[in-house]
Amino acid sequence: MTSLADQDSRVRRLLAAHRPHHGEAVFRGLVLAASFAVLAIIVGLVVVIALQSATGIAHNGVPFLWGTTWDPVRNLFGALPFVYGTVVTSVAALVLALFIGVGVALYLVELAPRWLSGPVSFMVEMLAAIPSVVYGIWGLYVLAPFLRVNIETPLHRALGFLPIFGGFPIGIGFMAAIAVLTIMIVPTVAAVSRDVVRAVPHAQREAALAIGATRWEMIRVAVLPYARSGIIGAGILGLARGVGETMAVTMVIGNAPKISASLFAQGYTMASVLANEFTEATTDVYRSSLVEIGLLLLVVTLLINVAARLLVWRVAGGARRVDA
Amino acid sequence: MTPAAGGMAAMRIPGRRMRRRRTTDRIMSGLLWLAAVLAIVPLVLVLVFLLINGLPGLNLDLLTKLPRPPGEPGGGVAPAFVGTLMMVGLGTLIGTPIAVLAGVYIREYAGGRGATVIRFLVDVLAGIPSITIGLFAYGFVVVPMGSFSAIAGIVALAIILIPIVARITDEMLGLVPATVREASYALGVPRWKTIVRVVLPAAATGIGTGVLLGVARIAGETAPLIFTTLGNRTLSTSLNEPMDALPLRIWVYAEGPYASWHQQAWAAALVLVLLVLVFSLGTRLLLRRSHRS
Repeated sequence: MTSLADQDSRVRRLLAAHRPHHGEAVFRGLVLAASFAVLAIIVGLVVVIALQSATGIAHNGVPFLWGTTWDPVRNLFGALPFVYGTVVTSVAALVLALFIGVGVALYLVELAPRWLSGPVSFMVEMLAAIPSVVYGIWGLYVLAPFLRVNIETPLHRALGFLPIFGGFPIGIGFMAAIAVLTIMIVPTVAAVSRDVVRAVPHAQREAALAIGATRWEMIRVAVLPYARSGIIGAGILGLARGVGETMAVTMVIGNAPKISASLFAQGYTMASVLANEFTEATTDVYRSSLVEIGLLLLVVTLLINVAARLLVWRVAGGARRVDA
Repeated sequence: MTPAAGGMAAMRIPGRRMRRRRTTDRIMSGLLWLAAVLAIVPLVLVLVFLLINGLPGLNLDLLTKLPRPPGEPGGGVAPAFVGTLMMVGLGTLIGTPIAVLAGVYIREYAGGRGATVIRFLVDVLAGIPSITIGLFAYGFVVVPMGSFSAIAGIVALAIILIPIVARITDEMLGLVPATVREASYALGVPRWKTIVRVVLPAAATGIGTGVLLGVARIAGETAPLIFTTLGNRTLSTSLNEPMDALPLRIWVYAEGPYASWHQQAWAAALVLVLLVLVFSLGTRLLLRRSHRS
C-alpha cells in the first residue's frame, strides 16, 4: 500500500503532465510539416520541371504539341510522335487489361473457391511487384522474338494488305509494347476492381439470386452496374500507370520517333524518349525540350489521376483505400 | 386440359430458356476463369525465363567483382549491388520519417476534411510517374550541384517511398482501437506522448510492412535514377558522385551488344527479383502475424 502523501504526489505529477505541453506543440508542428512536405513535393515537381523546360517552351512555342519532326541536330522539336506512341500503347493496353483485370476481379470475388482465391490474388499482386526493367529484359529477349515468329509473321502473311498489319515484323515495336504494358496494368485494374466489386452489398446479390438469376445474370444485373463507376476509375488508374510506364516500354518499342498505323512498326513514347535521350542531350534547347515532354507527361498523369481517385473514392467510399 | 397439364406446358418453355441461360452462365464463368489464367501465365513465364537465363550467370563473382572492360567475359556488377543497397537504404531512412509523420497527421490530427485532402495528395503523389520524379531530382539537386550524384537518386527514391509508407501508416493507425488511446489519456498522458509511446508501437508491425513494401518498390526503380545517379562502372561510395544501381546496370547490359553483358543482365535481374520477392513475402508474413495477434 502506498501512503496518502505518496498518492497525492502521483496525482500531482499526472496533473502536471496533463497541462498544455511544449511537447504537444512540437509534435503537432512536426506532423503538420511532414504533411506539408507532401504538398510541397507535388508543387515543387510541377514548378521545377516547368522552370527546366522554360528554354524549350520559348524555343518551340505552341506548335510543339502537334509538330511531327524530332530532329535535335536541326533544333526541331515536335512532340506528336511521342504523344501518339504513348496514347496508342496505353489505350490499347488498357482495353486488354480491362477485360483481363475485371475478369480476374469477378472470378476472385464471385466464383473462385476459397482455397484458390488466396493464391490467385497473391500471384496477381506479385505481378505488380516485379520491377519494370525485368519486364523489359523479358520482353526484349523472350516476348518480342515469340511475337515475331508466332504472331506477327503469320498475321502479316495473311492480312498484310491492312495498314495495321503492314510493315516488316521484327518483334520489337508497338505490339510488343502493348503486350508488356497490358501485363503491367492488369494488377492495377484487378486490385481496384476487386475492391469495388467487394463493396457491392450482399443484399444486391441475394435479391438477384432470389428471383432465380444464374450466377452470371447476378453479376450482370446486380454487381456490374453497382461497380461500374468504380471499374471506370480502375481503368483510369491503369491508364495513368500505362502512360507513366518507362523502362519496359523503352526496351521493346524500338525507339523511333515516327507515326505509323502498323502494329509492327517501331515507335517512341513520352517517357521512353526521356529515358533514352536525356543524358545524351548536348544542347540546352535539346535538354529543355525533353523536359518539356516530361512536363506534358506530368500534367497529363496528374489530371488522369485526380479524375480516377475522385471516381473510385465516390464509389468505394472515402474510408476505403485503394491499392494501386 | 387439367390445370396441372397447363402448368407442365408453361414449365417446358422456361425449361428450354433455362438451358440457354445455364449455357451462357457456363460460358461466362469459363471466360472469367480464363481471365484469371491469362493474368497469371505471364508471371509464371517471367519467373521461368528468369531462372533459365539467369541461373547460369549467377555466382559470387557477379556480386563481388568489378565490371571487366566492355566485351571481356568475367567480372561482376559489384558497384551496382553496393549502390542499390546504399541508395535504397538511405532513401528509406529519409523517406520513412516524413511518411510516418504525415500518416500520423492524417489519422490522428487532421480531422475529417483535412484528412481527406492530405490523403488525396498522398494518392496523387503515388500516381506520378517515377521518371518525372527523376526529372524533378535532376532540376532540384543535379543542376544546383553541377553534377550527377548518388544524393540526387536518393532524393528521388525517398519521394517515391513516401506515399507508399504514408498510406499504410494511416491505415495501420486506424486499426489501433480507440480504447488503447483512451486508456493512455485516462492516465493523464498527453496526446503526443500517447501517439509516440502507445499508438505507434501498437501499429509498428503494420508500418514495418509498409516500409518493406516501399523498399521492394524503390529497389526495382530504374527510371528515376537515369538522370540523377547516372550509373558508374567503378565502385564508388561517395554520395557526391555518380553511383551504380542494379536496375540501371540491367538496362545498360540488356541493351548492350555483348553476350557476356546479356548473361550478367539476366543474372542481375534474377537477383533483383529475388530481393523484391523476399521483401514482398516478408511483408505478407509480417501482416499475417500482426493479424493473428
